[in-house]
Amino acid sequence: MKTDLLNAKASEIAKAVSSQEISALEVYRFFKDRVGRLDKDLNSFVSLNPEAEKRAIEIDEKIKNGEEVGSLCGVPVAVKDLICTKGLKTTASSKMLENFVPTYSASLVKKLEDAGAVILGKTSLDEFAMGSSNETSYFGVCKNPWDTSRVPGGSSGGSAAAVAARLVPIAIGTDTGGSIRQPASFCGVTGLKPTYGSVSRYGVIAFASSLDQAGPMATYVEDCALVLDVISGEDELDATSAETNFSSHKKVNLASDAKLKIGLPKQYFSDILSSDVKEKTQKAIESLKAKGHEFVEIDFQYTEQAISTYYIIATSEASSNLSRYDGVRFGHRSTEAGNLNEVYTKSRSEAFGSEVKRRILMGTYALSSGYFDAYYNKACQVRRLIQDEYLKAFEEVDFILSPVCTDTAFKIDEKLDDPLSMYLNDILTIGVNLAGLPAVSVPLGQSSNNMPIGLQLIGKHFSEEELLAFSKTVEQEFIAERGRPNVY
Amino acid sequence: MNSIEDLKHIASLAKLSLEEEELASFSQQFESVLKHFENLNQVDTSGVVPLRLPSPINQKLREDDNIDSENTADCLSNAPERSGNLFKVPPVV
Repeated sequence: MKTDLLNAKASEIAKAVSSQEISALEVYRFFKDRVGRLDKDLNSFVSLNPEAEKRAIEIDEKIKNGEEVGSLCGVPVAVKDLICTKGLKTTASSKMLENFVPTYSASLVKKLEDAGAVILGKTSLDEFAMGSSNETSYFGVCKNPWDTSRVPGGSSGGSAAAVAARLVPIAIGTDTGGSIRQPASFCGVTGLKPTYGSVSRYGVIAFASSLDQAGPMATYVEDCALVLDVISGEDELDATSAETNFSSHKKVNLASDAKLKIGLPKQYFSDILSSDVKEKTQKAIESLKAKGHEFVEIDFQYTEQAISTYYIIATSEASSNLSRYDGVRFGHRSTEAGNLNEVYTKSRSEAFGSEVKRRILMGTYALSSGYFDAYYNKACQVRRLIQDEYLKAFEEVDFILSPVCTDTAFKIDEKLDDPLSMYLNDILTIGVNLAGLPAVSVPLGQSSNNMPIGLQLIGKHFSEEELLAFSKTVEQEFIAERGRPNVY
Repeated sequence: MNSIEDLKHIASLAKLSLEEEELASFSQQFESVLKHFENLNQVDTSGVVPLRLPSPINQKLREDDNIDSENTADCLSNAPERSGNLFKVPPVV
């Protein structure tokens, strides 16, 4: 029997391809056809990889010749368009990089290709990953497959929507303040934000370098584990990357009857949660209690300050990172510039969208003379206190559990004109980035209005193997409650 | 940031020029965001060492050998304008 590509795990697809039960070309055509039919309603892809078919054929040739193939052999993967792919346009969903063709691939892309993955295309994001709704893309809004009048979340909205509609079994996202977990929650897929340093950032277009981390988004926890094992590890091109040697895919499938202690941050369960989110999360807690896991309340007293801390640090780093877009070496150049200073100013002003400008300005302000100590330095001090709170909690608990978002996906345009309200959405996800921890968003089923709700599980630094194994037990409890999106 | 003038100054530092409309809306939005940022002042941070990176930098050094890097043609392939082997820009002043 042919592999059920709509429901198969990535490892099953890879196995079917390598055993020649199905060809990589057939797998590619199956998903390419879905993109062709369904993505006009979603706009989750910015571009498709014109070399993908050739690549699938090459993989089939390799298999016929008995050559070694990797763990993602013939598996189509979508890559967030913030991640450089050699010879394939990488736009960051910005006019600034509308025609930018990288001359090298990100280390993680090379690793995916070495493992036999077929890069299907590049997915939409909020411009330069700055947003939580995917509405700020220069190439148009990406829509939520469960309800196309709603946002898919962001910034990795295209990756989440593509996986949710099963246009691709696996996608790569990046997470600076929740940008993998929040869209995963809004679209009902699984997303892993790895520990800061687990995955090389080389070739990932920088937004906030001390917070950015790329990671997998997929239908199943197991698929996230499989991809993590491929893309993680030390890279001499990223000084912040770490030696990891994860075997998470093997470990997620080992049965464990360990009784765990799980922390519930009381500030994350306040009246900020919608009743649907509260109810689903409570149900998850009850089911874990029934399995013998113990819950303790933990106190994160800087939760309210975390938003300020995050936005000061993220915008400061963004203002510095985005100074490279000067219209000289690559990216948009204004045709109106009469001198060099005008090349800088006019090129940047013409090509950056409002949210990017807003963040560059905020960051420039926070770093400017006279304000550095009051904003940036102060924020870095509070960041230390926030990390200390997590580290202290992990002396007592194995994992921390909370909702990913306070509510389900909101309507397109609902929050676009109110940046502060948009920023406050990130309250449950940003602490993880500030502290550099790994966290997973696992689907719990749908709300009363049939929109997905995710559960956030947070682990210690570099505890991805245990975190994913625990996430899988939660997935198993709730997988029967998963529905199907409207666009599918 | 107290005024449109302050915002214009910051914009010039960031090499951005803003339309009148953007100036007005940004200025209003910044007021509420900066007001929110004030909640950091409630935290006593005396003696706290700032945390710049959540994990330590890998300080491994490599041998100083010649390694392949991008060639000139690749480096210039995305240039908006070039002259021979060089990036071309309008006169500096």
